[in-house]
Amino acid sequence: MDTTGKIVGVNGNMINVAFEGAVAQNEVGYACIGSGDSIQRLMCEIVRIRGRVADMQVFEDTRGLQINDVVDFSGNMLSAELGPGLLRSIYDGLQNPLPQLAEKCGFFLQRGTYLPALDRKAEWDFTPEAKPGDRLTAGESIGSVPEGIFKHRIMVPFALKGVYTVKSVIEAGSYTIEKEIAVLTDADGNDIPVTMTQRWPVKLPITCFEERLRPGETMTTRVRSVDTFFPVALGGTYCIPGPFGAGKTVLQQVTSRYADVDIVVLAACGERAGEVVETLREFPELTDPRTGKSLMDRTIIICNTSSMPVAAREASVYTGVTLASYYRQMGLNVLMLADSTSRWAQALRELSGRLEEIPGEEAFPAYLESLIANFYERAGYVLLKDGSKGSVTIGGTVSPAGGNFDEPVTQATLKVVGAFHGLSRARSDARRFPAIDPLDSWSKYSSIIEIDRVEKLRSILRDGTNVAQMMKVVGEEGTSINDFTNYLKSEFLDSVYLQQDAFNEVDAATPVERQREMFDLAEKAMTSDYPYTDKADARKFFQGVVQDFIDWNQIASDAPEYAEHREAIAKKIEEAATNA
Amino acid sequence: MHKVYHTIDNLAGSVITLRAEGVKYGELAEVSSRTGTSLAQVIKLDGAHVTLQVFAGARGIATDAKVRFMATPMKVPFSDALLGRSFTGSAQPRDKGPQLTDNLIDIGTPSVNPAKRIIPSNMVRTNIPMIDVFNSLVESQKLPVFARAGEPYNELLARIALQAEVDIIILGGMGLKYDDYLYFRDTLDESGALSRTVMFVHTASDPIVECMLVPDIALATAEKFALGGKKVLVLLTDMTSFADSLKEIAITMEQIPSNRGYPGDLYSQLASRYEKAVDFEGAGSITILAVTTMPGDDVTHPVPDNTGYITEGQFYLRNGRIEPFGSLSRLKQQVNKDSREDHRTIMDSMIKLYASYKEAQEKQSMGFRMSDWDLKLLKYGERFEAEMMDLTVNIPLEKALDLGWQILADCFEANEAGIPSKLADKFWPKKAKTVNSKAETEPKEATVATVDKDSTKKPDEPESVNK
Repeated sequence: MDTTGKIVGVNGNMINVAFEGAVAQNEVGYACIGSGDSIQRLMCEIVRIRGRVADMQVFEDTRGLQINDVVDFSGNMLSAELGPGLLRSIYDGLQNPLPQLAEKCGFFLQRGTYLPALDRKAEWDFTPEAKPGDRLTAGESIGSVPEGIFKHRIMVPFALKGVYTVKSVIEAGSYTIEKEIAVLTDADGNDIPVTMTQRWPVKLPITCFEERLRPGETMTTRVRSVDTFFPVALGGTYCIPGPFGAGKTVLQQVTSRYADVDIVVLAACGERAGEVVETLREFPELTDPRTGKSLMDRTIIICNTSSMPVAAREASVYTGVTLASYYRQMGLNVLMLADSTSRWAQALRELSGRLEEIPGEEAFPAYLESLIANFYERAGYVLLKDGSKGSVTIGGTVSPAGGNFDEPVTQATLKVVGAFHGLSRARSDARRFPAIDPLDSWSKYSSIIEIDRVEKLRSILRDGTNVAQMMKVVGEEGTSINDFTNYLKSEFLDSVYLQQDAFNEVDAATPVERQREMFDLAEKAMTSDYPYTDKADARKFFQGVVQDFIDWNQIASDAPEYAEHREAIAKKIEEAATNA
Repeated sequence: MHKVYHTIDNLAGSVITLRAEGVKYGELAEVSSRTGTSLAQVIKLDGAHVTLQVFAGARGIATDAKVRFMATPMKVPFSDALLGRSFTGSAQPRDKGPQLTDNLIDIGTPSVNPAKRIIPSNMVRTNIPMIDVFNSLVESQKLPVFARAGEPYNELLARIALQAEVDIIILGGMGLKYDDYLYFRDTLDESGALSRTVMFVHTASDPIVECMLVPDIALATAEKFALGGKKVLVLLTDMTSFADSLKEIAITMEQIPSNRGYPGDLYSQLASRYEKAVDFEGAGSITILAVTTMPGDDVTHPVPDNTGYITEGQFYLRNGRIEPFGSLSRLKQQVNKDSREDHRTIMDSMIKLYASYKEAQEKQSMGFRMSDWDLKLLKYGERFEAEMMDLTVNIPLEKALDLGWQILADCFEANEAGIPSKLADKFWPKKAKTVNSKAETEPKEATVATVDKDSTKKPDEPESVNK
């Protein structure tokens, strides 16, 4: 029988519930306000149990709750509904579909209103793949349905352990997600009906694959400074810390458009609603550069903005990564973007404070680091049971207080990610987009360009930056021509390669092939020796090349003058270098 | 009907604890003691113990004070009768007007569904060139004014209140000096703007709990007006006082502080207020302009820092002027492409040149030799500061753009200012000796009306990077 409890304390979004019977950590319950028709059931989750009292965090506003109000326990952990129809959806942190909520409740999010995540009436064209007698384990396909451009696998529910024999599979046809499409028999001869949908607890990783592989292949984003200098691998993790106004969200928006992956899950976690609205309103209009279809067709948006309940914010990143892992099970490459993990960490801090736990640094809970590590570890490149491969790549922004990277969330994140794209205030103030600091950032993944060539240019960049610092003190006069040329070279690389004009259609996104061509040319300019003796001549030459290069950056790759322009730049460099 | 309780167990700060039954979380109570009667709100339930936050503070409350629970959460009256009135942080009349009791509305309304929000697209004109031209305020935007104590931020707010193109102004004052309250009231009254204004003011001498309520009351009222189709501008001053009152209550409640004593949920608390800024599809809108004073002029202080992550840009008020560097309206791109074709160009060019002026100024102060170009820049910079940045300048956007061209033309040649020749041909003010007299005779209004399709697509140009 279901366990029930009674409220014995309320403090902010924490309630203390005295219960009879058995409950589990992280079990979901519903606190009931009022009675009869006006009853409101507020979802809450157990976060701590002490004796016969469970401390629960409520995912809604708690006003109006009183002592002795009833709490129903569901017996389940907070879980996400998985099945065809997730793509194109816009959910809150608890997987409530927001457009449907808007139809039902109007402008405001009414508390206690929960809607099913997937459409119960939509029909999907099911094609069976398993036959009666087949022996399957969790995560293996029973059949598939087409979902947009993808083949959506209907799999043996992930929660089933052991080997199951297929007893029957329904024939091909259109069915709703709740229709029983197969019956499996377990080792003891019990029949288990299977539908197209299943639930999975969001805080547990989905591990129904053969093995985890090392991420190798680069996930291209068409952002030159990322792909060439600080690459991210499919199945890898990266973080983007930066002070406010440095362009974290813009960078993520660009990545979500151009990243070379099948599916993008965007988790807007505790950030501005206005930014999500831009995505919500613009994505359906934009075309996916890979497929020519609407970008929305490959996107899931989880949106728990800063004014929405804090506890649901904590859940939203888990919901996002669970949906991402679900699609990975279909052999797809999924990118999960979380903006921002600092807000998620702050949600943890608020909860920890209410639980009166002993605080760690800056009052963040002591378990912050392990939670962050656990979250990023849910990324990965995996070999599935049918031999295909899939990946979940996680990119999280971090919003450090005061823009200081020494704070606990940034530091805990840096320990567990494979690439660090640090945004700098100085670069964003100078309107250098993207503001990824070319000297402080790093990546452990392989670039689209050979590593020693990249390092060579980076070292010139470093020299040039040092010279620039020095010049502030000694002035141009006190700088040798060699140093000065290095400085000009570093400025050149920054202007033409690292910076991209986000508003120019061509320059905003550079495909890999073009990046290689650009790199070749930039390398030529950077590694040539120039015989200038006069600084003004050197500066004039570089200013000219920068201008030509920027013009070239704005010419479409298929335009006739593209190659011509490149040759002209190459010639200019050669001429300058040979005039010794 | 309502049971009255007589025994108070604990008293600390403005927080009292007593034993009571059947109390709802968040409900109001009336606490009567020798010193008078005050409202209080339930902020914690623990078994039979109820913790209340007393709006008027716990000073003078006796252990035998009468506590009567009212079974309703905090509500405020709402009607058009609010206009022209001023109230305290607990919605009691501050002027001599009558107490309003009709049509009570809840102050803790739920968050707006992001799926129902729309992309903002209307400019709120303020007739302050530093805002209209360089960092346009957009309907439904939330923008803070970061300033050091002592800067004329209240004067700025009052001016915006007088001049902004909105239907209703709601002023939320937190920790205001009484003089400042009078200043606002008199200024608005003199100009006749008081009749479209509602003021909720907590002065520095009022109980701290009322300070915490001001943004909620102001925004709940604004929301009702907006749902009724009104364009509402909410002015809040000063949000740092609000944050300090949160800190004070949190510490009294023995919560663990996170950063410089502020509670761990400071970000969420601020965000839930700022996020009330919204443009309702098919109804009105709420725009929020809030002063955040920066203790020690330090933008990394927790209050301005958290605010910066929440709001859509910021204005820095420094030395009585809105600083062109650092100030940013993130939404300006949504509106400045349609205002006038030269808007973005003037915005970018003038700021770029002003940056060069600053460099020239530095050079001058270090005693380097000044080139002709430097002298031109110095002339330009002084005029820019006097005619554009000065807060007393009061001209509409179009006039400000024309003035911009005039200043540029007086200081530079057309090809020096880094303006695309297409626009320069059209807008550059012609001197007597110029050849092209056709454009000269064209009336200014004609250029206002023509919006060039090409230039509307022109990106918000990044500033020059090559030093």
